[in-house]
Amino acid sequence: MATATFRIWRGDSGGGAFRDYPTEVSEGMVVLDAVHRVQAEQAGDLAVRWNCKAGKCGSCSAEINGKPRLMCMTRLDTLNLGEPVTVEPLKAFPQIRDLVTDVSWNYEVKKKIKRFKPRPPDAADGTWRMQQAEVDRVQEFRKCIECYLCQDVCHILRDHHLHDAFIGPRFLLYNAALEMHPLDNEDRLQSLKDREGIGYCNITGCCTKVCPEHITITENAIIPLKERVVDRFYDPITRLFRMLR
Amino acid sequence: MAERVIPLLETRGFGQTMRRDAWWGQPLLTFVILGAFVVYATWAAFQGEHYEYGPYLSPFYSPLLFGAGPHSWFGPWARPAWWPGALPFSAALLILWAPGGFRFTCYYYRGAYYKAFWADPPSCAVGEPRKKYLGEHSFPLILQNVHRYFLYLALLFLVVLTYDVWVAMWFTDPATGAQRFGIGVGTLVLATNLVLLFGYTFGCHSLRHLVGGRLDQFSRHPGQAKVYGAACRLNGHHMRWAWGSLFSVALADLYVRLLSMGVITDWRIL
Repeated sequence: MATATFRIWRGDSGGGAFRDYPTEVSEGMVVLDAVHRVQAEQAGDLAVRWNCKAGKCGSCSAEINGKPRLMCMTRLDTLNLGEPVTVEPLKAFPQIRDLVTDVSWNYEVKKKIKRFKPRPPDAADGTWRMQQAEVDRVQEFRKCIECYLCQDVCHILRDHHLHDAFIGPRFLLYNAALEMHPLDNEDRLQSLKDREGIGYCNITGCCTKVCPEHITITENAIIPLKERVVDRFYDPITRLFRMLR
Repeated sequence: MAERVIPLLETRGFGQTMRRDAWWGQPLLTFVILGAFVVYATWAAFQGEHYEYGPYLSPFYSPLLFGAGPHSWFGPWARPAWWPGALPFSAALLILWAPGGFRFTCYYYRGAYYKAFWADPPSCAVGEPRKKYLGEHSFPLILQNVHRYFLYLALLFLVVLTYDVWVAMWFTDPATGAQRFGIGVGTLVLATNLVLLFGYTFGCHSLRHLVGGRLDQFSRHPGQAKVYGAACRLNGHHMRWAWGSLFSVALADLYVRLLSMGVITDWRIL
């Protein structure tokens, strides 16, 4: 059985350091398996958040060799095991201990987003009618597992710490899922522009690159929302048409 | 347990990252290619000559509003009195701001040049040089929202460039002076450029929004839904169209320029 070294960050909000853990690895293992082996054999107090081990719960988000990824979906045979594999906690959120960060800011943000507000029912029995083509677009957004890797890689949160002014790609995606829903009647454009700070996004596309569900966040969610904001606030011709209608 | 304590990289400065891949490769390539295009296009625009050859007109000079050649819309032009004396003047300067503005405000290019030219960020999960950040929330980058107006102009330019390709199929017979249909390598160069520009413009994010993306209920607008679907298909490869058309427009100018300078010969296919 081969040996690989995992350079894992150990510490809490007060500070910490990387520590090297050489451990045995075998075919088919993912980074989370190796971290569990380190935890079982060398560092019983290593804090790591995980749950499904299948890339669906979004719990084991971390930075592996500097890239935000799910530990359970990162196979060791995709990494160079000839040098230490670094495993760090997410950088956009406060650290609790070792690989665990406090992501509760995301839950608070989500609470403030305007809820789904369906139009009056289409039928007398209180039900609605919508076509498959209409929900196909928002279906992509509903694949999100809330791993917050997109929030972590977004430089507006990660480097500029504008958590008070910008809600991040995850919640722009959430807004898009509601705003483009064929039944929804709520108006979110004012809050997107002012409170949720969509203008801060400079479309680097990093959120799309790290999404483990391969959601095209920038192209299909954020840019269409930006265009809707332009319709309302920055395009005088569209405004004129709206006034004349 | 073999422990080795390594200090944590708490605050990541410019270019600092734990990434092991060549994260600098893509922004560097963007910097070199986009930078080279801007330098070449600026140089070519200020030349004011060698922009037409026979039925061919360089896309940098189309529409040729004022000029001495057969492609000119309004005949020979005079240098405006208000133009600074030290600055060379050419017909390209009258029109290039429109397609240039379309590319400058393009969503794809914005994401690319913010990284390559402004390091904001240099690459994903790589430290930045600045602490202050305004994004497109405030002046000056809030002006990027003008993109759709440049789109409208770009669509007009496509009409003009389509006409240019049509004109590039009619060659003057030196013996009789009559116009005869034909296809030269130059015709194919200009036509290829046109196809790539169509792909780039019709896959534009703003156009995708305007033709149907703004709707929530496609079933009420089946015609728009189809157009939106086509725009989405093009938009899915917007980056490739953007680079392809960038190369083609520069190569089309270079081809016409070299023909006009007598450096190369245009081969007639038909």
